[in-house]
Amino acid sequence: MLRMAASFIAIVLLAATFAPWISPYGVGGLQEERLLETPSWAHWMGTDGLGRDLLTRVLYGARVSLSVGLGTALIALALGTAYGLIAGFKGGSWDHFMMRVVDIFYSLPDMLIFILLSLLFGRNIGGLLVALGLVSWVRFARIARGQVLQAKEFLFVEGAVALGASRKRVLLRHILPNIVGPIIVTMTFSIPSAILAESTLSFIGIGINDPYSHWGTSWGTLAQDGYRAMRSYPHLIAFPAAAIFMTILSFNTLGNGLRDLIDPKGR
Amino acid sequence: MGALLLKRLFHGLVVLWVVATVTFLLLRLAPGGPFDSERKLPPEVIANLEAKYHLDEPLWQQYLRYLGGIVRADFGPSYKYLDRGVTEIIADTLPVSVLLGGLALICAVTISFPIGLLAAYHRNTLIDRCCMLAATLGISLPNFLLGALLIWAIALQLGWLQVGRWDDWTSMILPTVTLAAAPAAFLAALLRSTLLETFGEDFVRTARAKGLSEFVVVAKHALGHSLIPVLTVMGPLTAALLTGSFVVEFVFAIPGMGRFFITAVVDRDYPLIMGVTLIYTAILVCANLLVDLLYGYVDPRIRVQ
Repeated sequence: MLRMAASFIAIVLLAATFAPWISPYGVGGLQEERLLETPSWAHWMGTDGLGRDLLTRVLYGARVSLSVGLGTALIALALGTAYGLIAGFKGGSWDHFMMRVVDIFYSLPDMLIFILLSLLFGRNIGGLLVALGLVSWVRFARIARGQVLQAKEFLFVEGAVALGASRKRVLLRHILPNIVGPIIVTMTFSIPSAILAESTLSFIGIGINDPYSHWGTSWGTLAQDGYRAMRSYPHLIAFPAAAIFMTILSFNTLGNGLRDLIDPKGR
Repeated sequence: MGALLLKRLFHGLVVLWVVATVTFLLLRLAPGGPFDSERKLPPEVIANLEAKYHLDEPLWQQYLRYLGGIVRADFGPSYKYLDRGVTEIIADTLPVSVLLGGLALICAVTISFPIGLLAAYHRNTLIDRCCMLAATLGISLPNFLLGALLIWAIALQLGWLQVGRWDDWTSMILPTVTLAAAPAAFLAALLRSTLLETFGEDFVRTARAKGLSEFVVVAKHALGHSLIPVLTVMGPLTAALLTGSFVVEFVFAIPGMGRFFITAVVDRDYPLIMGVTLIYTAILVCANLLVDLLYGYVDPRIRVQ
């Protein structure tokens, strides 16, 4: 199961990286005489309402979804872990105050904040990355802080401090390497969560809004196009939907597998 | 207990105030204004419009005016729907969204508890693996896709139910199921894992040693203890239900607040955006408050503090 998930992710990654080379047609390839075709040998996933090859669009869409997913996870990881490390390490009232801020973030409905932030930062990949990252970091902060609080009790930390190690050294060299486990697991889960959020936003029309972008069109937007024609041309939504679902599922399965490896308590 | 309640209430009010302020600032700072999309209006007309909606006043004055309005439950006029105020729009659509959310919550809890119990009871068997596979599928499928799939399969292909309406109970089935699926999957997985952790506790060993049937041990003794983390997660879960409802309302064309919110964002109808945001946050704050109260009631360790 885990191997299937990992291989699917690898496939998606390859598709995203090599999309321009392996797509049978170019990005803007409009062919008016072949509108809304169902899958055939010439067009493996059929064509859409403007005659564009769907397979090409899905392959390019992988670039958008993956870059948003990975980008958000990395931003959230960096911000949240740093925040949590500092809060847990400093302790005392610093920790208390910083965690109150995290609590406030936690009590906000996230989709709402995404939508509002996307107003501010624009409806392109960069803006969405910032918007999603600004909400997702709290998860990492909580985990990191909890782990730091536990790791502080380890004897070797006391030893390092007794030997005169600077606070920065203790944090980076002793505590951080011992808490990466849960943080990696959290990161593996925040990728599909970001992909889910981005495709949802794109589906309702508030997501990435760059129809002529050469980077690609989000799967969510493809799904929206397909949804409109679902009654007569279900293949238009079926393929993007399958892509979204399988990618999210693979990442979730990967995360479950990693979590079982790192924290076997739950078995 | 009373002190805890007051503290939580204060915390909730702080959250609401923060959200109101942040939303206000975000909207004022965002590029583009509410009258941009209209035909090119002569500057005098734009100036007139801005004066009418007080957009020409200094920022702090607009802010105070806004806060004052909220306290009187007046969210201001809608920029787009000229005949209705925001408060009126919210009053019309809020009950619909609350009904949808409430039904979905009940549905999610009703589905997830038996599945979670079943999976924990038959741990590491085929039944357990199937249940958890279903749970993983449930949280991996975005609700708009599930909604589209259900519409295609049940309404279009089989013709069993109709969509696009919100009048009798049959039209409520599909939206409720769509909204409840992911939370149900999440709750089932959570319940199973907390039950499994509880099984290691001493009091469970005592119950088993007493010779009670496994069923009674799980359902009566372990379940109560396991409900605590589940209850904790109900707060954020309500948030997920609220935000999930935007999409479900969009997909099924239900006249709830979520749909208005989405169109308001596209139209930059500031007062409507802010009003809906505040209402959603208020609901969330209340839900968290309720969870905290129940928490204190359910977990005697907290009560004693």
